[in-house]
Amino acid sequence: MAYPTEYRYTKEHEWIAADGRIGITDYAQSTLGDIVFVELPAVGAELKAGESFGTVESVKAVSDLFSPVNGKVLEVNEALNSAPESVNADANATWMIKAEFDASQLESLLTAEAYEKFISEETGH
Amino acid sequence: MRYLPKSPSDREAMLADIGAKSIDDLFATVPAEYRLSRDLNVPRQHGEQEVIEHFKAFADKNALGYASFLGAGAYRHYRPVLIDTVVSRGEFLTSYTPYQPEIAQGTLQALFEFQTMICELTGMEISNASMYDGSTGAAEAVMMAVRVTGRNGAVVARTVHPEYREVLTTYAQHQSIPKTEVDYDPATGRVDLAKLDAAITDDTACVLIQSPNFFGTIEDVAAIADIAHKKGALLIVSIAEAVSLGIVKPPAEADIVAMEAQSFGVPVGYGGPYCGVIACKEKFLRQMPGRLAGETKDMDGKRGFVLTLSTREQHIRREKATSNICTNQSLVALMVTVFLTVYGKGLKELAEQNLAKAHYAAQTIGGSGKVLFGGAPRFNEFVYQGSRTSEEGNAALLQAKIVGGLPLEKFYPELGPNASLWCATELTTRAQIDAAAEVLK
Repeated sequence: MAYPTEYRYTKEHEWIAADGRIGITDYAQSTLGDIVFVELPAVGAELKAGESFGTVESVKAVSDLFSPVNGKVLEVNEALNSAPESVNADANATWMIKAEFDASQLESLLTAEAYEKFISEETGH
Repeated sequence: MRYLPKSPSDREAMLADIGAKSIDDLFATVPAEYRLSRDLNVPRQHGEQEVIEHFKAFADKNALGYASFLGAGAYRHYRPVLIDTVVSRGEFLTSYTPYQPEIAQGTLQALFEFQTMICELTGMEISNASMYDGSTGAAEAVMMAVRVTGRNGAVVARTVHPEYREVLTTYAQHQSIPKTEVDYDPATGRVDLAKLDAAITDDTACVLIQSPNFFGTIEDVAAIADIAHKKGALLIVSIAEAVSLGIVKPPAEADIVAMEAQSFGVPVGYGGPYCGVIACKEKFLRQMPGRLAGETKDMDGKRGFVLTLSTREQHIRREKATSNICTNQSLVALMVTVFLTVYGKGLKELAEQNLAKAHYAAQTIGGSGKVLFGGAPRFNEFVYQGSRTSEEGNAALLQAKIVGGLPLEKFYPELGPNASLWCATELTTRAQIDAAAEVLK
């Protein structure tokens, strides 16, 4: 699995790019299985680090999406309404929302290396 | 399910197996003071024949052989024998949810067909695989509209079944959803359109009407839809008498249809079971409560059925579920499916018979008083206002083995003590109608 080094990561399996794009990790999409629906917030909604901003639904489960940062929703990826499966196809390129946030918050998030180490400890391989 | 009593030697063998000397050993961890030290105060056990006699005595309390003109949300229709033959099959007769498609294809296919027929009948794009009943269906539809629109209020016609409105009140009060009731036009018994228009605000999530309504008259669904949609509210149409769909135009202008399907082959049985349905436009799919059976293809390309969208339900997402009623009515929905399969296009003829019988009853029985709301089209129910009180009239009818109409004063005090709601179905005979009219003369 691929974890781009320019992204930062959360223990809840979201990635965030410096330009504010937020998505779920390759590990998350493969664990969830076939994604059939992504429920996203409205543009302008407040984001709070560690709190849910939407849900992602696979065939057998619904999981919350947690915001990596405090901020505001600038843009939502409308394309996901008709093609939620693109998250499975390329989780790294498929962003869900774009956030306006204070970049200093990135410092406290996991690097690609730290995230990879975290999931290998979580899953034991 | 078979009842297998355990003999004393069975009990001893079971106790010995787990290393207990007596039943009391099993409860040793419960402090003595909390244990019941006497026998339960219940009647002694009965033999099979005694049990049968007991229930026969109950059954005798039913007005067997009586003519009945009661409707009001619970309708007597003929039930083809095939219904019970099919639903009694062991493969279907289970309360277990068909989560494993590989062993539940028959059940899943039946639900898929149920949904398909409900869509064809209601003019909606999708339907769930049944809900608890029509009243909770209507309340759930209102909750759904609140989620879809992000608004927080419901405008409800007073011509919606009074008990459906009570159920909605129970739901709405704890969700802090304001509910505004709109009165009817005394000439037609239909919701007053001007008052309806005035009641809808920018925060109204939905308008809830029933058609045919509680008085049996058919609402102008298209006009009401226009009024609701102009102000950005959804229109929910509740249908209590499903047989009406054989002849009444489906409420295709609605956004959500909340139906009670009891009329389709489900007996009127001591208050239940019933069969609720929610059908809606496809764009509201994600906010629809309940589950859907879907059609798919297996690895070999063969047609197969699965439960889809059960992720709306509380076993998967607890507090975020779209509904806390997690029980659907699969077996009852199967009765509905068999009924609709047997009738097919004959549903129209069945509806015509209901219409004709009710028309004749209104004319004949109405002769001794008047039929209210004559200015609007109706299906198989009508409001009769007699020369004496409904209770007096009904007491006299009972003497002649006739169960009269439902007294309306309790629900609509303005109609006075003489008004009652009458229903005639295909099971009502001309002789019964004539006899009732004769008593009320």
